Amino acid sequence: MTLLQAQALLPYLVLAGGIVLLLVLVAWANSEAMAFGGALCVLIATLMALPKAWGAGSQAVDGFMVVDGFALFFFGLFVLAAVATALLTFRYLPSRAAHRQEFYILLTIATLGAAVSASATNFAGFMLGLEVLSVSLYVLIAYSEHGKPPLEAATKYLVLSGAASSTILFGMALIYFATGTLAFGYDAGELARSDRAALALGQALLLGGVFFKLSLVPFHMWTPDVYQGAPAPVTGFVATVSKGAVVAVFLRYALDSDLLGSDVVRSVVVLVGALSMIGGNVLALLQTNVKRVLAYSSIAHMGYLLVAVAVLAVPGEARTLGVEAVLIYLVGYFLMTLAAFGVVAALSGGDEEVEELVAYTGLLWRRPVLAAVLIVAALSLAGIPCTVGFIAKFYVVAAGVQGAEWTLVWALIAGSAIGVYYYLRIVFTMTKRRDLPPAAVAVKGRESATAAALGVLVVVLGVYVNPLVELVRRVLSQS
Amino acid sequence: MILVAILLLLIAGVAAWASERIAGANAPRWVSLFAFAAGLAWAFFEYWHGAVDGLYARQAFAWIPRFGINVALELDGLSLLLVALTMFLGIVAVVSSWDETENGHGFFQFNILWVMAGVVGVFTAMDLFLFFFFWEVMLIPMYFLIAIWGHENKGYASMKFFLFTQISGLLMLLAILALVFFAHGATGELTFGYAALKNLAPNISADIRMWLMLGFFVAFATKLPSVPLHTWLPDAHTQAPTAGSVILAGILLKTGAYGIIRFAVPLFPEASREFAWWGMLLGTASILYGGALAFSQSDFKRLVAYSSIAHMGFILLGVYAFNEQGMQGAVMTMIAHGFSTAALFMMAGALQQRLHSREMSDMGGLWKHAPRMGAMTMCFVVASVGMPGLGNFVGEFLALLGAFESSVWLAVAATAGIVVAALYGLYLLQRSFQGEPNPNVRALRDFGAREMSVMILMLLGLVWLGVYPQPVLDLSATTIAGLGVLP
Repeated sequence: MTLLQAQALLPYLVLAGGIVLLLVLVAWANSEAMAFGGALCVLIATLMALPKAWGAGSQAVDGFMVVDGFALFFFGLFVLAAVATALLTFRYLPSRAAHRQEFYILLTIATLGAAVSASATNFAGFMLGLEVLSVSLYVLIAYSEHGKPPLEAATKYLVLSGAASSTILFGMALIYFATGTLAFGYDAGELARSDRAALALGQALLLGGVFFKLSLVPFHMWTPDVYQGAPAPVTGFVATVSKGAVVAVFLRYALDSDLLGSDVVRSVVVLVGALSMIGGNVLALLQTNVKRVLAYSSIAHMGYLLVAVAVLAVPGEARTLGVEAVLIYLVGYFLMTLAAFGVVAALSGGDEEVEELVAYTGLLWRRPVLAAVLIVAALSLAGIPCTVGFIAKFYVVAAGVQGAEWTLVWALIAGSAIGVYYYLRIVFTMTKRRDLPPAAVAVKGRESATAAALGVLVVVLGVYVNPLVELVRRVLSQS
Repeated sequence: MILVAILLLLIAGVAAWASERIAGANAPRWVSLFAFAAGLAWAFFEYWHGAVDGLYARQAFAWIPRFGINVALELDGLSLLLVALTMFLGIVAVVSSWDETENGHGFFQFNILWVMAGVVGVFTAMDLFLFFFFWEVMLIPMYFLIAIWGHENKGYASMKFFLFTQISGLLMLLAILALVFFAHGATGELTFGYAALKNLAPNISADIRMWLMLGFFVAFATKLPSVPLHTWLPDAHTQAPTAGSVILAGILLKTGAYGIIRFAVPLFPEASREFAWWGMLLGTASILYGGALAFSQSDFKRLVAYSSIAHMGFILLGVYAFNEQGMQGAVMTMIAHGFSTAALFMMAGALQQRLHSREMSDMGGLWKHAPRMGAMTMCFVVASVGMPGLGNFVGEFLALLGAFESSVWLAVAATAGIVVAALYGLYLLQRSFQGEPNPNVRALRDFGAREMSVMILMLLGLVWLGVYPQPVLDLSATTIAGLGVLP
């Protein structure tokens, strides 16, 4: 290992070392405040190591992973999301669980797993990262001890996510059988005819697993139940970091292996994308539970993201714009999703989740800040200008138009049109003033500075997005 | 300066919201009154200051350079007229709803100010991305005005309003992006600038330009609204609070008309010319159908709402006549309709506040109780009917004159719309203020100085537009010539 490689690995080392230190610390002094503060310190130290690693340039480490702008960008995004989640949890958890120290440690481990998968360049890194992430999530989802323990959600996630992981693993085995390498990239010209069939089957299985992890239609069944059952801050984390990690590693795999060069794969991506956008939005119309609405909305949002992924098939300007669009979209999606779940978490003051839409009646007049944040998040998810959600959607549509993916673009327009209705229903419910139902009056939660900060970011980036655009372009120029 | 004016309204919005907590319910009203007065003064200042190259003010700086997106704002003759109208109707909206809100006074004024800020942006944006940004931004506060302070069926009405405009807006966004990227593919230049795209657009194939033009047209025709995309309007107008109706009818509908004049036609002149007959047909259909529906209403406010659809038909008719008179008539109608309909909606709001009903069967003979209200209603009804000497007549006359040159039959049919207008206008006046006094109405508080002052201002405006319209015609003439679409 050269010195430059060590420098590039610094944030990974800081995070991993910090986790070990935290484990020792918590074993020695069993204090929640120490676990929380320690986790925050580790995450912030990791964040501060990122520019250092960026300075080392793009460094490949043993063909296992590469530390480039792309990987570091996602690393930063995941760490920030983890910080937001930790801050939201600190007030949320005490009424729900007696043993809270492990939560923060698991959160940092999950972040490390996500960061590793974003930098993976071969299947070992891919699997290692994803499994470290998933295994931590199984526990995090089941965390609440009081009230109604989310065992159903956790079991569902454990079984189904495990099944998806094994599908991916089998796909990887077949691809390895065909290409003889674990690396993402391979020389397509050298493949024998018989190997191509194995390769195609392997890629199909891999795609299926990835679609499952991204909860795209028709692999979406688990999403609403897990989202509803998991503690609200964890749901936000699952919706953002766990999906972001899969998108990152899938994007790198697709680019390195020219996955979308195959017409069949491209048609599958188009089909799944269109189904998710329409299906997710239509099913969200039927929900009366805010967490389930957000679950279906996240299905639709992953569908929007596939517009930018499908464009990667067209080399040149469209591909550049497509990759940029994926990164920008994820930033927007992270912010607005965390803001929305942040509000749900902040409202859920006792040990009951405030998740039924009725309970949000007239919220604007009782908890103006939280309601404003949720309004901003909902409008952003709907893609209304002045929010980062609009910029994200603009980017994706621009990529779709540039790459001439008209089917997906029309599906996006149709999906967004349907989506406006249920996002606006949330907004309308919160603006009501009279006839408050008892469920609404019983809401205990307090205003939350973290949620407010996320809401402000959604608006600020919606108006002044140029720094983010420039950052993404600089990051990608180094990958 | 334009950005400063927009920021003034935005900041005043926040200040109005905050001032309620500090200084009570009246403070937000005064804040927003002063903001609009300052805005109006600014518009007059720019007019007095004079134009350079046809522009009274301009501003441009980079926003998202990656896509060639700029914050480009320009104030030419047409924009200046509409911005002044916006500021003036802002004052009217605040005054007309002075004691209408029961709660959330600060947030109410915040929404009024933010809608108007968005509208000023729409009227001055010279970058398609920026235009779309403002176009959508003005929706949300308008949605809140209807959804929070609206009447009995506000949930349905506000949702319908938002869905119609949002979905048609998505089509426009797609058309904008397709225009930009097709132009980019053809010429290698990536820009959202209005002037640049006007030059680049001819490089796109004619078929595609037709589709793009339709994308823009659908969004603008929904906002205008034109038959058959009009169904959101009666509900939104009827359910909106008075200030909301005044803004909606006076200003928001004009953004649709402005969009057609500024974007749909000049960006795609050939496609628009091919489409012109259909545009005029839709205009005529709106005039006749809107008029017929207005005549069959029993609700005061709904009647005025349908009459708006008919009046907006004249705008479509004038614009797609593709000649100077038609275009001038359209602009004139935009301004005059802004005054006359705003006044009638204010009247409807005042009646509802006093009688707790909008049904004309609950009215009748009100002149006896409230002569000032009656006289004002009469003035604005005859204005909206198109009586010579008042602004609406000039607009409709010019639009019909222009239409006559392009298509005699459509002009003839549209002229019949004026007869229908007389029918529903007089019917409105008779059923509410004249005839047998309604026994259930014992007393009615007449207009006070506050209401009368804005009413008289609007009436003076209409008389001025009707008797001496030349300054307005001169202002819009430079813009119309600059569009470069007329022979």
